[in-house]
Amino acid sequence: MIDEAQEAGASLAETWRDPRNHPLRRLLKDNRAALGSLGVFATMLLVFLIANPRVFTNWTLYSSVFTTLPVAIFLTVPLVFIVTVGEIDLSFPSTMGFAAWAFALVVHAGYDPFLGFLAAIVVGAALGAFVGALVVYANLSSLIATLGMNFVLRGIIQIFTEGKSIAMVSLGDTWAFKIFSSEVYGVPVQIFWAIAFTIFSSLLYSRHRFGAHIHMVGDNPDSAAQMGVNVNRVRVKAFLFVGVGAAIAGVFSTMINFTWWPTAGDGYLLPVLASVFVGGTPTWGGIGTVYGGAIGAMTVSFIQTGIVGVGLSGFYVQFFNGLIIILSLIGHRWNQIRYR
Amino acid sequence: MSGRVIELRDIKKSYGNVYALGGVDLWVDEGEVLGLIGDNGAGKSTLIKILAGAVRPTSGEILVRGQPVSGWNAARSREAGIETVFQDRALAVQQSIVRNIFMGNEIANRFGFLDTAREFSEANRLMREIGFTSKVFTPHSIVGQLSGGERQGVAIARSLYKKADLIVLDEPTTALSLTETNKVFHFVRQVRDSGRSILFIGHNIHHVFDIADRFVVLDRGKVALAKKRDELQSAEELIGFMEHVARPDARAKADLGKGGWR
Repeated sequence: MIDEAQEAGASLAETWRDPRNHPLRRLLKDNRAALGSLGVFATMLLVFLIANPRVFTNWTLYSSVFTTLPVAIFLTVPLVFIVTVGEIDLSFPSTMGFAAWAFALVVHAGYDPFLGFLAAIVVGAALGAFVGALVVYANLSSLIATLGMNFVLRGIIQIFTEGKSIAMVSLGDTWAFKIFSSEVYGVPVQIFWAIAFTIFSSLLYSRHRFGAHIHMVGDNPDSAAQMGVNVNRVRVKAFLFVGVGAAIAGVFSTMINFTWWPTAGDGYLLPVLASVFVGGTPTWGGIGTVYGGAIGAMTVSFIQTGIVGVGLSGFYVQFFNGLIIILSLIGHRWNQIRYR
Repeated sequence: MSGRVIELRDIKKSYGNVYALGGVDLWVDEGEVLGLIGDNGAGKSTLIKILAGAVRPTSGEILVRGQPVSGWNAARSREAGIETVFQDRALAVQQSIVRNIFMGNEIANRFGFLDTAREFSEANRLMREIGFTSKVFTPHSIVGQLSGGERQGVAIARSLYKKADLIVLDEPTTALSLTETNKVFHFVRQVRDSGRSILFIGHNIHHVFDIADRFVVLDRGKVALAKKRDELQSAEELIGFMEHVARPDARAKADLGKGGWR
């Protein structure tokens, strides 16, 4: 018995003698794009650190970035799924605002913020599924249809609120606030939730049936359909996931400010979109990287803080923002072999 | 005792008043490679689609292991163990061999998380079964790195995982070099030796002659020739027949004029 097993093991190793099969080597290869993004981020931080060591060795700067960065991560990571499946979603800023609105209304009415969180996720998931169903079953271009939905949803918010914000002064005393929006030994808890979300999403992406189907549909929808994958349902689920991510982002962002504004989420559209591609997920679908996306969000978040921290005026922010996006894209182009 | 995996009796298919198939009798025995040859428009692709259950025949009977099956469709075709490998749209080229083999049939726990260790060993077993092994790639390699013949190997391994009794290969060697074609032949022979059947469809008569145990030539929706390997002297005999088919005589032209077939 033992001999047999050993023999099988030996011949297995002999058949696949490729050094690329070494687990460590494979780990590096599989995470090539993410490691590239990490390289970009590390280089950028190093430049900042050399330019102004006093500011960039100060924890306050990191603490403030780690409070707001998670909002971008909750938006960027699900977008990696949508880009991998071969679609795009530009409606997430309004979905974020809409879900946070639900959270604010529930909390403002005197209910527990946990209930508000749940309401936000239900609203976010429903809106995501609706946008997805619209794109998939009406066979629309997701680029244009989701752009339209972004305006429609924001329009609905503005019609009903007439531009009025909702303040939640009592939020700071609740358990939910302690769990989602306080500090542990000086570290903002938001970043732990963002890390947990990223790890969970990465497992979903590369170790779960859902992620496997996302890859298949993005790579070759005809083949996936022939193999019994419900291609349309996978696409709608990807949109639904973006809605859930947007809802979480909305709640976290509202908890930081104690206030919900009708414009909540508006400023995230372009930076988050850029983060996905800076992170190393290509535009053509079928492949991508969740960790890369999170690192891309980190890079984009640090650019603004970094430029000002280095001592340049705010007028330089846009220029360097663009420069880093372009340089990252060129880097990923070299780092990736394109099979289709 | 070899039974018939599937048998088509007097299958007709018409689109409007245009006949794509005009009464085809065809069967595949257990553990044989049946070569299906025919020019463009001979009805090969209609026949494949009928076998896969994607197209319903206008009339005729389909028997699975001798039992007539009513309401033939894609699900029945799958139940009968028929897997079709279409030439260019079968694989997701940016994914690994493992992911392609288990496409749509992932081995996962009840929460949907993949059992990657079991998938690897199962992929390893299937690839060995058809002699699809190498020292330059592994089951984790990306399909885009493989050659054309090796990609057919991935598709065949996948069909075996889906417990196929009959694998329909739609022009698997059409765009391949000689070496690559030989690889595909190697996989096909391994599958046959394991007792399963292959329907090998091709343009290139030499390729089909080299691999098949029996030949069926389809011409304008009908079986023009059905011969066993040992009834033929050489590929030239088949080619001669095909040339005869390709240059229809006056009577065939008259048939065409009447607008019956195509």
